[in-house]
Amino acid sequence: MTLRQVVVAIGNGYRRDDGAGLAVAARLRGRVPSGVELVECEQEPSRLIDACDGAAAALVVDAVASGAPAGTLHRFDASADPVPARLFRSSTHAFGVGEAIELARALGRLPARVIVYGIEGAAFDAGEGLTEPVATAVERAADAVLADICNPEGDAAHA
Amino acid sequence: MRCRMGERRTIRTDYLARVEGEGAMTVRLQDGRVEHVELRIFEPPRFFEALLRGRAFTEAPDITARICGICPVAYQTSAVNALEDLCGVEVPEPIRQLRRLLYCGEWIESHALHVYMLHAPDFLGYQGAVELARDAPQAVERGLALKKTGNQVMAVVGGREIHPINVRVGGFYRAPSRGELRALVEPLERAREAAVETVRWTAGFEFPERSVECTLVALSDPGGYAIERGRIRSDSGLDIAPADYDEFFVEEHVERSTALHSHLRDGGTYLCGPLARFSLNHDQLSDTALDAAREAGLEVPCRDPFRSIVVRSVELVYACDEALRLIAAYEEPDVPAVTVEPVAGTGFGVSEAPRGLLYHRYRVDGEGTILDAKIVPPTSQNQRAIEDDLRDVVARHVELDDDALRGLCEQTIRNYDPCISCATHFLDLEVERR
Repeated sequence: MTLRQVVVAIGNGYRRDDGAGLAVAARLRGRVPSGVELVECEQEPSRLIDACDGAAAALVVDAVASGAPAGTLHRFDASADPVPARLFRSSTHAFGVGEAIELARALGRLPARVIVYGIEGAAFDAGEGLTEPVATAVERAADAVLADICNPEGDAAHA
Repeated sequence: MRCRMGERRTIRTDYLARVEGEGAMTVRLQDGRVEHVELRIFEPPRFFEALLRGRAFTEAPDITARICGICPVAYQTSAVNALEDLCGVEVPEPIRQLRRLLYCGEWIESHALHVYMLHAPDFLGYQGAVELARDAPQAVERGLALKKTGNQVMAVVGGREIHPINVRVGGFYRAPSRGELRALVEPLERAREAAVETVRWTAGFEFPERSVECTLVALSDPGGYAIERGRIRSDSGLDIAPADYDEFFVEEHVERSTALHSHLRDGGTYLCGPLARFSLNHDQLSDTALDAAREAGLEVPCRDPFRSIVVRSVELVYACDEALRLIAAYEEPDVPAVTVEPVAGTGFGVSEAPRGLLYHRYRVDGEGTILDAKIVPPTSQNQRAIEDDLRDVVARHVELDDDALRGLCEQTIRNYDPCISCATHFLDLEVERR
């Protein structure tokens, strides 16, 4: 039986590199195997919880700002442990990807397999369009997501 | 920790570290006195105002919906109100009611998010919703279910949950069928029960006695608790049409700050949002919402920012009730939209975003091209009231150590549900002490 998988792409297309996740979703459209749901989340990420309901695996894509070179692609297995706070910095002031995942975990609603991809951004000011290193990383991120979809049991971290 | 003479403390909270200079709070104390309070919680949508110039007036609802991931319907509604005002079009009643229904969905979604995920943990001593969920999963699930119902309403009426694509100048691209709306009745009835439960839950929190003295400003509409339209009124006698907004409200740069502050033309500070709406229009709430408010012990006017969580909960009840009423009365409009021909001139539009009054102004030429746009979101309007409140809170609690004082400042800010999510979708927090 094929396990239901969902790809959740998070971002804001009017905040430059913050739109990286949505750009990955655009690259994946039409390329993901049937049965894999592609969800774009332009809102605050608590919607991620509903999007993951009933899925065996969730692949979450977002932009990050950790200080690494722009375009760096991070990949974390959040199935058992929280994503590193330095990447998906969290606060109590709004809902970040980290909180959404931990909330789903606390409520017993987290899929068994959760992979989080973070694309290191350079510019997050108001405006359209990705910076060049991020646009390049979007291609790699889409390929990485597809590889994980096709290997649903795999858990070897690679970045 | 008490301040020693000559000691200078700076408490800073960075909300949006990814966006330079935005979303930060700075409080400076000198010898135990408040020397400076500065809040940069919202960047006015200047980028979008620039983006709108040269675009067709029909594009305004779609473009402005992108300003905020939490309240796109508010931006769309103020935009279509302004442009229909300019073009001399009043949409047929069924279309207006459908807009109101869509807006109810947004209120439910936004209020549920703020009450449960962001604000309640403050009162219950939790760092955030994740910690709250570990101890009180049922409460958090109730909040998520409410939020989901709001999303469902937005998906059915707006065409999409986020950034609804079905709204246009003159109406909608497609009107939902009665059957489609009927499917929302059961979830909304459950949501109404959950909302009443929410009022009881939040009313049981402990509240420090607090009252803000600024002018309260909200839309008012003889037809009902103002959401998608109305005249601009205040508790001190203001009663003006949206077109007169710029005459009575002023935006100006504040020294040592990048932010624009709004104030009344006479210099007074004002507050918009749930406290103002409830205080001015409470008698138009539904019976269920009024009963819940009474049971919660809410006073009128309600000037306690901490109790805004109870008022939001009451508005949750009302939004569910009103959505059910609108669905029961719904007749599919003959056409989903009326034709709107461009007219050269300036149009003005307002509506009650979940956080308060949202003002749009567009100048358009005879071909329908936008020449300039002005958008004043509620958080910009409330910025000065929040700073005043912060200054007072800090002055009353200078004896607290930095962490405790910072926590109190954060809660003070959260009382106003500032639209920080409009900027980026995640936030950062940092404390600096020197």
